[in-house]
Amino acid sequence: MIKLTLPLNKVDVLKLKAGDSVSISGTILTARDCAHKRLTELMDKGEPLPFELNNAVIYYAGPCPAKPDKVSGSCGPTTSARMDSYAPRLLDCGLGAIIGKGEMCDEVKKALMRNTSVYFAAIGGAGALYADTIKASECIAFTDLLSESVYKLEVENFPAVVAMDCYGNTIY
Amino acid sequence: MRKINTKIIEDTIYKLALKAGVELTPSCLQALNKAYENESGQACAFALKTLIENSGIAVKENMPVCQDTGIAVVLMEIGQEVFFDGKLLSDAVNDGVRRAYADGYFRKSVCDPITRVNTTDNTPAVLHTEIVAGDKINITFLPKGFGSENMSRIYMLKPAQGVEGIINAIVDTVRLAGARPCPPVYVGVGIGGSFDTCALLAKKAITRDIGQFNTREDIAEIEREALKRINELNIGCQGFHGATTALGVSCEWAHTHIAGLPVAVNIQCHCVRCAKEII
Repeated sequence: MIKLTLPLNKVDVLKLKAGDSVSISGTILTARDCAHKRLTELMDKGEPLPFELNNAVIYYAGPCPAKPDKVSGSCGPTTSARMDSYAPRLLDCGLGAIIGKGEMCDEVKKALMRNTSVYFAAIGGAGALYADTIKASECIAFTDLLSESVYKLEVENFPAVVAMDCYGNTIY
Repeated sequence: MRKINTKIIEDTIYKLALKAGVELTPSCLQALNKAYENESGQACAFALKTLIENSGIAVKENMPVCQDTGIAVVLMEIGQEVFFDGKLLSDAVNDGVRRAYADGYFRKSVCDPITRVNTTDNTPAVLHTEIVAGDKINITFLPKGFGSENMSRIYMLKPAQGVEGIINAIVDTVRLAGARPCPPVYVGVGIGGSFDTCALLAKKAITRDIGQFNTREDIAEIEREALKRINELNIGCQGFHGATTALGVSCEWAHTHIAGLPVAVNIQCHCVRCAKEII
């Protein structure tokens, strides 16, 4: 198990190989279908994004609401392939890494290679376990989208596997 | 005639939804444990162990086992001697869903298909009713996640394709889905009927306990053969390549037209959550 502390630097990314088990700690941002649509619309209009994209880690997830005594509700990954059409552009604009689940397309693989970025797979369906790795959660953009809003999460020892590395290798 | 106030339906839906969102079915948990014991691949074994651990955390902390608490699918077999009074049956179902998804802190995942605006309370539910003999009501609540629903397919085969065509349709659906629907999956198959009924049969098939085969031996043989071939695909848990790609295959059938052989394949992820009650 490789321990990774965010933000990732390119030296860390160069060491990661598809299939490596990792444990991630630091700040990640959730975004899924609707949030990606809005982000790219802002980019089309040349308007600023609601968060710093450079070296950010986007987690394809839409959490359940948190109970009053909890930091977060269940929060496992959603299927990454639905973000295939958005991911290369975000990676080219500085996105440092992606966390999701399942295969991503060749365009994403090429974008990871040219930007020295990485795609991690979290364990799909393990929402309750991932909730316990979240130490702080704040909704920072698109609040009207409910679970599809952008949440800034502080995670500790978030388990994942390197699904696609920066050399074009994939676990799938 | 037996009179039933639909408030009872609402309260039953509420109770079943809260249970289903948190607990895996016993047959699912048993199948996951069996898959873990049989797994020699390191990555798949790690993923399976994580899932088993996750199901324990969900129950202990009373929180959704998966954040995709689904669109609420309700299957209701209503005895024809039952008379409903009170609010409209569909309103009772939706009221039960609305209360459960709020009180359970479940995710609200239902939206307009065009505007994508969320209805904010996870209604409307998908309600299928069937009139049967007797004076009982058999309710099945299935919170259906869409990572797996998106990977489902329908085939309008030619009669000449026969059993081999059916098995190929099932295996191809799982192969093409790859890692995306959260394998190991549970595969529900509808065989026969018309375009619409075979899809509903496939949905009903995934409400059956894993490991329970169809009572018709020729159909059970399709289930066994399809499961064997699926597990030879080596997709494995989460697509990490391993021994178990599917936990089970369940088929339901109906008579069809002389010109056709409809086959619907409904994929259920490894989080099989299904609660039932007879009123």
